[in-house]
Amino acid sequence: MAKKGIIVVNKSNVKQELIADYVKSCPFKAIVAKDGAVDVDQSACKICRICAKKYADVFTFQEIEEEKINKDEWVGITVFIEHDGKKIHPVSLELIGKSKELAKVTGHPVYALLFSDDEKKFTDTLLSYGVDKVYSYEHKLLDHFNVEYYVELMADFVSKVKPSTILYGGTSIGRSFAPRVAARLKTGLTADCTILDMKKNTDLVQNRPAFGGNIMAGIICENTRPQMATVRYKIFKMPEKVKPFGVVEKMSCKDIKFKTNMKLVEVKEKPKQIDISEADTIVCIGKPFKTKEQIQMAQEFADLLGAQLACTRPIVEAGAMPAIRQIGLSGRTVSPKLLICLGISGAVQFTAGMKGSEVVFAINNDENAAIFDFVHYGLVGDVFTILPELIKNLKGEKDV
Amino acid sequence: MKIIVCIKQVPASTEVEIDPITGNLIRDGRNAKMNPYDLYAIETALRIKEFNGAHVATISMGPPSALAVLNESLWMGCDDATIMTDRKFGGADVVATSYTLAEGIKLIGSADLIICGKQTTDGDTAQVGPEIAENLKIPHLSYVDKIIEIKEKSIVVQVDMDSTEEVWEIDYPCLITVNKGIFTPRLPSYKRGKLFKDYEIRQIHFSDMKDQNEAHYGLKGSPTQVERMFPPIKNTDKEIWEDTDKNLALKLSKKLKEMKVV
Ligand SMILES: Cc1cc2nc3c(=O)[nH]c(=O)nc-3n(C[C@H](O)[C@H](O)[C@H](O)COP(=O)(O)OP(=O)(O)OC[C@H]3O[C@@H](n4cnc5c(N)ncnc54)[C@H](O)[C@@H]3O)c2cc1C
Repeated sequence: MAKKGIIVVNKSNVKQELIADYVKSCPFKAIVAKDGAVDVDQSACKICRICAKKYADVFTFQEIEEEKINKDEWVGITVFIEHDGKKIHPVSLELIGKSKELAKVTGHPVYALLFSDDEKKFTDTLLSYGVDKVYSYEHKLLDHFNVEYYVELMADFVSKVKPSTILYGGTSIGRSFAPRVAARLKTGLTADCTILDMKKNTDLVQNRPAFGGNIMAGIICENTRPQMATVRYKIFKMPEKVKPFGVVEKMSCKDIKFKTNMKLVEVKEKPKQIDISEADTIVCIGKPFKTKEQIQMAQEFADLLGAQLACTRPIVEAGAMPAIRQIGLSGRTVSPKLLICLGISGAVQFTAGMKGSEVVFAINNDENAAIFDFVHYGLVGDVFTILPELIKNLKGEKDV
Repeated sequence: MKIIVCIKQVPASTEVEIDPITGNLIRDGRNAKMNPYDLYAIETALRIKEFNGAHVATISMGPPSALAVLNESLWMGCDDATIMTDRKFGGADVVATSYTLAEGIKLIGSADLIICGKQTTDGDTAQVGPEIAENLKIPHLSYVDKIIEIKEKSIVVQVDMDSTEEVWEIDYPCLITVNKGIFTPRLPSYKRGKLFKDYEIRQIHFSDMKDQNEAHYGLKGSPTQVERMFPPIKNTDKEIWEDTDKNLALKLSKKLKEMKVV
């Protein structure tokens, strides 16, 4: 079981000839070597314990004692329901589906938590996705998201219901609201989880690409409740509807302080943008695409396939393509029928956003590139010679 | 008006660089830089300063090497800088980081406006800003992409939501996190840098904190823990084609035709 602690160095066991290996063993660059001595930079160390496993004589895990909470007092998986005043955001429904899977492990109920000015607009839909209970706060001031009201409501809900887990969509609202709740309740919140698992002891394992390093991290809140996570839209599947069996429980707003220092002045619709997460076919380019001509060539290939052109983060950072076309952890999640990756290394933050794709091709001139672990067809070769040939072939085929 | 901008030093690249001779990890300026999103936060503060003469201070929690990004902020045009550095602050997750920064901001004294970058490039959580606001019990808006009006007691801003843009008026004291592109960040000025030749960046250590309970900081104050690390799940059902580029192109066009995508 994970306990809280730090990695300490047993200085007497340090072998000079292994220092470079110690340093390299850490995916977070937390092991520092200086003048023949080895130290752990505690601000960079993520306590992943890889060093302690590899070099047990040098690195040991030292536990920190703390008081334990009683997990039995915290029951239920709660999904915070996001809506725009009319419609529930689909990510909330995806999370209900996931919660029902997780709840099978512990036998906990699944709750939907709704803040609205008129619950009738939403409760039937929520019940039809099979939640055990909708906790509903209804008030005329709740017609629109206000983070100050929402935090008060959530604090009230947690103190009364004591849920074990709370899940939020990783949307603009979720990513602004959930952290405030975490700070208020002094509990953990893991952003942008890509896999969630439940343990029998009710600990939620929140898996996401590790901060830096080409590796996944499983994160838990061993000793605080509620445990909380945000998940991006489309990471989990939309669940099937069921015959409703749950109930709606009205929560009183009597004790809620509706005090705010911010005022909504205007809401403007954004012009409709393309959404690569809805595309059936995607051509995605990586860092080697530097010039206008190269990107134009990729665009031509995409057009021939009727595909959307997408990219990795370095392309967005270089200003060559807009952020809405970026695939990955800090971009969009896609699950097309066909994805073609051109010159992409396959970093964990990229693959987090494309794993749901049905058929994946990749062209990369490095046979050891990690992207080949995520493909169905891997082509080892130079993309800038293959692509013009390919376009020629495809055009030729069309003319015939 | 007093503005505080929260900034962070992040790795400049994801590759680990090791000195081949000494085996030391290279941790000099080449390997670390200011979180790019924070440049927009600083620029936003400096634009407000140009408008109303606000005093702009930066704060960063991190190892002593983070002094580099604080210096950069002074050279860009900020007036004061503070570093929060202590082994006891190390190993902090978002809850502990934002608590420590909020306590540091209180020590610096009454800010009207706190500005953060939208997120960092190494953590990417976008959580620290909102959590600081909660710790200070002030309102906040994330993803601000336009400053519309700077008033005496409030600021009017535009917020980038998923499918809409919202305009909010928010009273001081408050916190905003700003998007990339809100303004174009200026470069640090060497001439201005010279003004800070004898300036000493203020240091805040654990011993300076008002709350002396160690359990609120660093690793001990962090509810989340990494339980295990594992490589991403791989796809084993695959074909790898190795051939001349010309043949690869031919094979792929055939396959795409077969799949009826063209
Ligand atoms: C917190 C965080 C969040 C992140 N979020 C994202 C995200 O959302 N999306 C994202 O994409 N990245 C993200 N990243 C960055 C990610 O870690 C990688 O750095 C990035 O995905 C690499 O992009 P790339 O594959 O295009 O470039 P590289 O890693 O540079 O790979 C280029 C590849 O092209 C190959 N190549 C070069 N020349 C040729 C050629 N002529 N022909 C064929 N192949 C060639 C090389 O062999 C190499 O494998 C994130 C990083 C962090 C720390």
